[in-house]
Amino acid sequence: MKKRTLATTCAATALALVGLSAMADPAEDELVINGDITIVTHTTKAPDYIEGLSEQYSGWHFREDDTRDMERDDFDNPGMLGVEAARDSWAEADGTEGKSCASCHNEPESMAGVRPVMPKFNTEKGEMYTLEMYINQCRTERMGAEAWGWDDAAMVNMTALISSVSRGMPVNVAIDGPAAPYWEQGKEMYYTRYGQLELSCANCHEQNYGNHIRADHLSQGQTNAFPTYRLKTASLNSIHNRFKGCIRDTRAETFKPGSAEFIALELYVASRGNGLSVEGPSVRN
Amino acid sequence: MKRQIAAGLLMSLAAGMSFAETAPGDVSYQEGAVAQSLTGQPGDAAEGAKVMSSRALGNCVACHTVSAMPDVAFQGNVGPTLDGAGDRWEEAQLRGIVSNAKMTFEGTVMPSFYKTSGFIRPGDGYTGKAIDPAAITPILGAQQIEDVVAYLLTLKE
Ligand code: HEC
Ligand code: HEC
Repeated sequence: MKKRTLATTCAATALALVGLSAMADPAEDELVINGDITIVTHTTKAPDYIEGLSEQYSGWHFREDDTRDMERDDFDNPGMLGVEAARDSWAEADGTEGKSCASCHNEPESMAGVRPVMPKFNTEKGEMYTLEMYINQCRTERMGAEAWGWDDAAMVNMTALISSVSRGMPVNVAIDGPAAPYWEQGKEMYYTRYGQLELSCANCHEQNYGNHIRADHLSQGQTNAFPTYRLKTASLNSIHNRFKGCIRDTRAETFKPGSAEFIALELYVASRGNGLSVEGPSVRN
Repeated sequence: MKRQIAAGLLMSLAAGMSFAETAPGDVSYQEGAVAQSLTGQPGDAAEGAKVMSSRALGNCVACHTVSAMPDVAFQGNVGPTLDGAGDRWEEAQLRGIVSNAKMTFEGTVMPSFYKTSGFIRPGDGYTGKAIDPAAITPILGAQQIEDVVAYLLTLKE
């Protein structure tokens, strides 16, 4: 009698453990978009300069089956509506010079290869530039148009378009040379325990990816898949907007999208994903 | 002389009004444990269970599972299960862990629930805005900590 109880308990424990790990692990799955673009969402070797990671995973692996499926076909990916809207604005003249993006860059496809290396040091300006900043530089200096706000729909849509034409290319930001001090600053921030909850990016996305924090399945907090279409807000979400929310959730005073701090953090976090494919616009919850 | 007595009287009055609560900055930790009740009042385990499962209060289940709370959905697994916590730990140790877990587990991700200083860029709740450091209140009140400790002591295997 006693033995049987023991055996039953063991079986139950084993089952519970299996259930738990199945729930906790990143989903084993592969992402090919439109049956054509193969996305590297997992590598078995993170870059050497990222001490805390041995493997890299896109956030895609941590989402539910139906959310993952939405990325397999552009017709099912609501983020592609933003891409379509940006294709229109790409060809629309705006500003005092009467020019559109197309006037200088022809087809949006000419932007292939831009997103994987962002952010990068702008030698002309002498500072680190994100994709948003390059877009605004064209608008204000070449088109004579007004700068877009960081989280304006027009801006996020344009970053979605420019990402989309690089899908499948490996993220490859430079961290040396003039980028080095920005990278150091971003790294410092990544390990800083902000707010009254005293939690760093690393506490959640390095130490605990794969675990659940309440209903949320924690990913590695990679930026390769941005902008992300969030089902919760039914809109495209920029990298800095995501950072802002994550810091706010530690009961902290957050930083502003476009701030020097978030630009440095963006470079550092992007470098943690060097080798994963550009995946944006992606679908998240 | 007279002034000193008056000041002393005022102080004891103030202490009496707050039911002799130990302020967050005055808690004394011995190897992580806190021997004295923070309020001098016994904890209420049923209240403690509410504090632990409520998102707006302790939200302990964000990181811990508690089998004795089967109705609480989406329990997290960042921390170990709390099943049997009442067997593994003494009351004073649990009071210390809930008040400031970093005194027991160095560098733990578990937040400090009864602490008001030493934060980097503390915010005004979850607004993302700054808070005046002098206005920071602990995440849980002294009696809520006692209630949580009383509940944890009921978790026996
Ligand atoms: C309290 C836990 C917590 C902290 C601290 C935290 N995050 Fe997050 N983060 C989350 C959750 C939950 C999500 C949504 C699920 C997921 O993708 O992990 C998320 C998502 C993200 C994503 C989106 C990933 C994707 O593929 O959609 C990025 C990027 C990110 N976080 C970066 C950061 C950075 C950078 C920091 C520090 C400044 C940070 N996070 C701090 C909990 C946290
Ligand atoms: C953000 C995550 C997080 C939250 C929120 C959290 N904890 Fe923890 N807790 C942990 C971790 C992680 C540990 C393991 C200690 C370590 O080694 O870091 C722990 C350890 C403990 C332990 C010791 C566990 C054992 O049985 O050995 C107790 C008791 C405990 N927590 C109670 C609580 C209570 C009560 C609350 C809410 C008032 C709470 N925790 C909130 C992460 C958390």
